[in-house]
Amino acid sequence: MLYGYAGQILRVDLDGFTVEKQPLPEDLVDKYIGGRGFVARLLYDLIPPGTDPYSSENIVVIAAGPLSGHYLPGSGKTHFGTKSPATGMYGDGNLGGHFGPALKYAGYDVLILSGKASGPSYLLIEDDTVELRDASAYWGLGSITVEEAMKQDLGQAYEICTIGPAGENLSRFACISHDFGRQCGRTGIGTVLGDKKIKAIAVKGTGGLPVYDLDGLYQAGKRAYRDIYAKPGFTGWQPEGTAGITNFVNQVGAFPTRNFQTSSAEHYQQINGRQILEKIRITDKGCFCCPIPCGKYSRAGTALGTVNVEGPEFETISMFGGNCDLQTIEDVAYANYICDELGLDTISAGAVVGFALECHEKGLLSDEDFGRRVAFGDLPSVVHILELIAGREKIGDALADGVRLAAEKIGQGSERFAMHVKGLEWTGYECRNAPGMMLAYLTADVGAHHNRAWVLGQDVTGTDADVHSLIQAGGSGERLPKSDVRGKAAGVIASQHLRPAFDVLGTCRLQMMELGFEVEHYEELLALVTGRRKTWGNILEVSERIWHLTRAFSVREIEGFGRHMDYPPPRLCHDPVQSGPNQGHCISEREIDILLDEYYQARGWDENGLPTRETLDRVGLSDVG
Amino acid sequence: MQLRAIHENCSGCRTCLLACSIVNFRETNPAKSVLRIEGLFPVPGVYRVQLCDQCGACAEVCPVEAISEIDGVYQVDKDLCTQCLECVEACPQGVMRTHPGVETPFKCTLCLECVEACPRGAILIANC
Repeated sequence: MLYGYAGQILRVDLDGFTVEKQPLPEDLVDKYIGGRGFVARLLYDLIPPGTDPYSSENIVVIAAGPLSGHYLPGSGKTHFGTKSPATGMYGDGNLGGHFGPALKYAGYDVLILSGKASGPSYLLIEDDTVELRDASAYWGLGSITVEEAMKQDLGQAYEICTIGPAGENLSRFACISHDFGRQCGRTGIGTVLGDKKIKAIAVKGTGGLPVYDLDGLYQAGKRAYRDIYAKPGFTGWQPEGTAGITNFVNQVGAFPTRNFQTSSAEHYQQINGRQILEKIRITDKGCFCCPIPCGKYSRAGTALGTVNVEGPEFETISMFGGNCDLQTIEDVAYANYICDELGLDTISAGAVVGFALECHEKGLLSDEDFGRRVAFGDLPSVVHILELIAGREKIGDALADGVRLAAEKIGQGSERFAMHVKGLEWTGYECRNAPGMMLAYLTADVGAHHNRAWVLGQDVTGTDADVHSLIQAGGSGERLPKSDVRGKAAGVIASQHLRPAFDVLGTCRLQMMELGFEVEHYEELLALVTGRRKTWGNILEVSERIWHLTRAFSVREIEGFGRHMDYPPPRLCHDPVQSGPNQGHCISEREIDILLDEYYQARGWDENGLPTRETLDRVGLSDVG
Repeated sequence: MQLRAIHENCSGCRTCLLACSIVNFRETNPAKSVLRIEGLFPVPGVYRVQLCDQCGACAEVCPVEAISEIDGVYQVDKDLCTQCLECVEACPQGVMRTHPGVETPFKCTLCLECVEACPRGAILIANC
């Protein structure tokens, strides 16, 4: 028996609607554990090479981990994946809230969607019952609005994932929303659901999960919670959540500002975590079994009206408060709400809007292109552009394809400041003087995403301190010397292996990353839940396998994939930071080459950045490549 | 002794539900827990913890007197219960629960595991 797991894969083919329930294969469990591991392997195996992301053959995989839904801290995480319409590569995203546990209680570790529904539909899963229902009445509604409507129609006990108009209209950075504020944000998985005409997935499960040693787990779980309560960050980091890092990032000159023209914002104290607490927070909002809820549910009043929204988190603060230069926490929260309701990833959306505003500032786009005057720092401008994107109207039609494709259309040198890697927009850390973090962005398997590896603390302090400790130490705001780019690969690779470990287990990483909760806990908890003894090192081996597998997926899917795709946008090499601690700094292409050469060598990839046969064999991927 | 909710402390994490089902049913299954967390979203944007305060409304409506107070805790006698579900209807907090895998309605046993499980002090013991 597979203790800890629900034990089944649910396969739904939307072409004609067929449902198949398969036992969860034991060899998949052995080699990939769960969550992100299942997603990576199933996408590689089930998507025919060369598949168009907008075809019936593309699939969406949703996978919980063995620890999802169990009595232990942060067990509410679920992984989603598809062939990304933003990048054409492996794409994934991670969702908090309660959806994954509900899927397991209904009896399924994995849900695989293939094909396309014939019209607007939603998928309803209630234990053994799986139905495709008409969603005509919901089509066109916002993500939050439709979740509220469906809970009224179906019942409060359903856990629901939805898409908004941006997903319906195939914006390439449409997200999936759940629990009134949790998102699976990146790589356009909401876009693929929209292409499949799936407005929502509603799940209700009434079953229990088998546990290898329930008494042992209950006691170990209690100890784990108590250990977290004892961490300084339990009272120090938790109240502001991820927004608490805003001051630090700004003071070390890594805060994207005005489309990465500079890396610190003078108004950062108007948009930080303290402002959330003092001005807009209604309640903390936690994911399943989380003792340190980073979610802040807020009510924010602006000139455009008052909204209720979960957030803003740090990434949204950086991309709208910094990158689009919105001046108050209320304005950032309002933009957050608009993105959530439209179903747009706030990170890519903030990058795209910042790019569009700079195009306008430089005269590459006119008022006519937007249908009105637009400017950095102006909330009505930002909201207007977001609505154009979601509706694919005017210049929004080009912008909805993301900065890479939009820059190709707009031309006139706009590629220089189109902030992305491999087609995925850059996120909330500016890196011209943070070479480790730069390398993390360049080599992230989904494109420019900070969540694959985060080594800004190492770049700035030279230590591996947890985030709460970094925040406590603070940044000086003083001018920083140019950093040495050598010797960064090992730290980046270690972080690239650490983070997937949580994604395969189905738990949140923040207990460890932010508070310093020890990884040894997970060895014990995994053994008690599943009866399978794995050291943390064994789990990191799975992370490494996934890392090479997703790279191999991209090599397979992108003609000519290689080193040339691992470079940053020209701005970071040629436009010096305009102000703040890193004023005047750039990173040269020669320095990028040093970063990549050291990284490829450490990874066992060739000079073009492709995994070698020997490396794939070494990590158990003899059947790949 | 009874349970008391401090609603504004609740973050909706439902750790209490798992502790409840593990202790009362030896099962990892929040559908078998005897308290409920209601999220009132998007407006007003707050949580409500619905739990049994041993008010006895269930016992009052039971036509066969299958529910009685023993040491301050109302308990269902499974042998007497006819599954008419009038107690479920009558419970003002919605915490007289049913489940497809459990024959009779079930309720809080005042085991207090939820109090210990809550990371945020949203469930307290009130002595009365």
